Amino acid sequence: MQTKSEFGYDSKIEGDVVVTTVDAALNWFRANSVWPMPMGLACCAIELMAVGASRFDISRFGSEVMRFSPRQADCMIVAGTVTYKMAAVLKRVYDQMPEPKWVIAMGACASTGGMYRSYAVLQGVDNIVPVDIYISGCPPRPEAVLDALIKLQKKISTQPVLSKMKVFNLQTNPATP
Amino acid sequence: MATPEFIQKILTQFGDAVAGPVEFRGEWSLTLAEAGRIFEVCQFAKLKLGFDFLVDISSVDNYGADPRWTVVYHLRSMKSGEELRIKTNVSEEKSELPSVLGVWRTVNWHEREIYDMMGIRFTGHPDLRRILMWEGYPYFPLRKDFPLAGKPTDLPGVAFARPAPLEGGPFVTVAGGGDATGREPRVRNPED
Repeated sequence: MQTKSEFGYDSKIEGDVVVTTVDAALNWFRANSVWPMPMGLACCAIELMAVGASRFDISRFGSEVMRFSPRQADCMIVAGTVTYKMAAVLKRVYDQMPEPKWVIAMGACASTGGMYRSYAVLQGVDNIVPVDIYISGCPPRPEAVLDALIKLQKKISTQPVLSKMKVFNLQTNPATP
Repeated sequence: MATPEFIQKILTQFGDAVAGPVEFRGEWSLTLAEAGRIFEVCQFAKLKLGFDFLVDISSVDNYGADPRWTVVYHLRSMKSGEELRIKTNVSEEKSELPSVLGVWRTVNWHEREIYDMMGIRFTGHPDLRRILMWEGYPYFPLRKDFPLAGKPTDLPGVAFARPAPLEGGPFVTVAGGGDATGREPRVRNPED
């Protein structure tokens, strides 16, 4: 009569076990598949295309899925000069992106208005949307964009996910255990 | 340089209404005294003289002088390669002249741009809206009395604008000012 049955985890068949927290796992998923929304508005967009192409290859960092619909994107890369006429459109696109979402201001114009000290140009996209990473340069080299992406991944991987939700629940409803 | 044939033809056709054929580096300019006749002159230039291509229309703000506006029409004949410039003056009170859309269809956007930037209206234009700034923007930004940094405006849901920080600027380049250091853009106030 068989007394022992193998219901346990067989590492030979099913591979090794990784023990982690839910926060770390969720952040790992998020950081390594950031789907960018290419907000190409000027010459920076050309460099952004180079980042996506074979020489620099943004897919090495899991971000090759450029989504031109804001509803499927995680990170808006504002590449170029934001005019006041475009500012309202940009804000509208940002508002349509689902949470969690991040913004990279690429180049001098998106970060500060750049050389356009003018009646027509928004002096930095951070006037209307929260920016996570600023890239210097006019336009920045593709390597700089990749560096910004790596920095954004580092930032994402330290953000609280579930622990923040718990704190939020306690604050809004203290009776919840 | 001898006056070309097309200049002579315009002069005989319009007489005193057209003044001073001025030649500069092989290009000829005419000044039309009465802005109201611009359609007539343009139509003549296209149909009788072969100026089938309108290169551009530009506008000049002679701020402080009267008449304030000068509108310049750049014409070219694709067949002969001749170029003609027709200038006409418009006073600030009037700020209006006939559209030449019936002559060249390309003027549609050119006239809209001048309306947008300078505030000169073109009568008979079928769609005189702003082309670069948004609908509802209250100023004409290329006028000399409009500050480079802009003025604050708000049109909720459409657009807003704030004055740009000039940090002591505008930064001005001096043409032919010695070496590269001397020419580079710097804050140059007229008082200094």
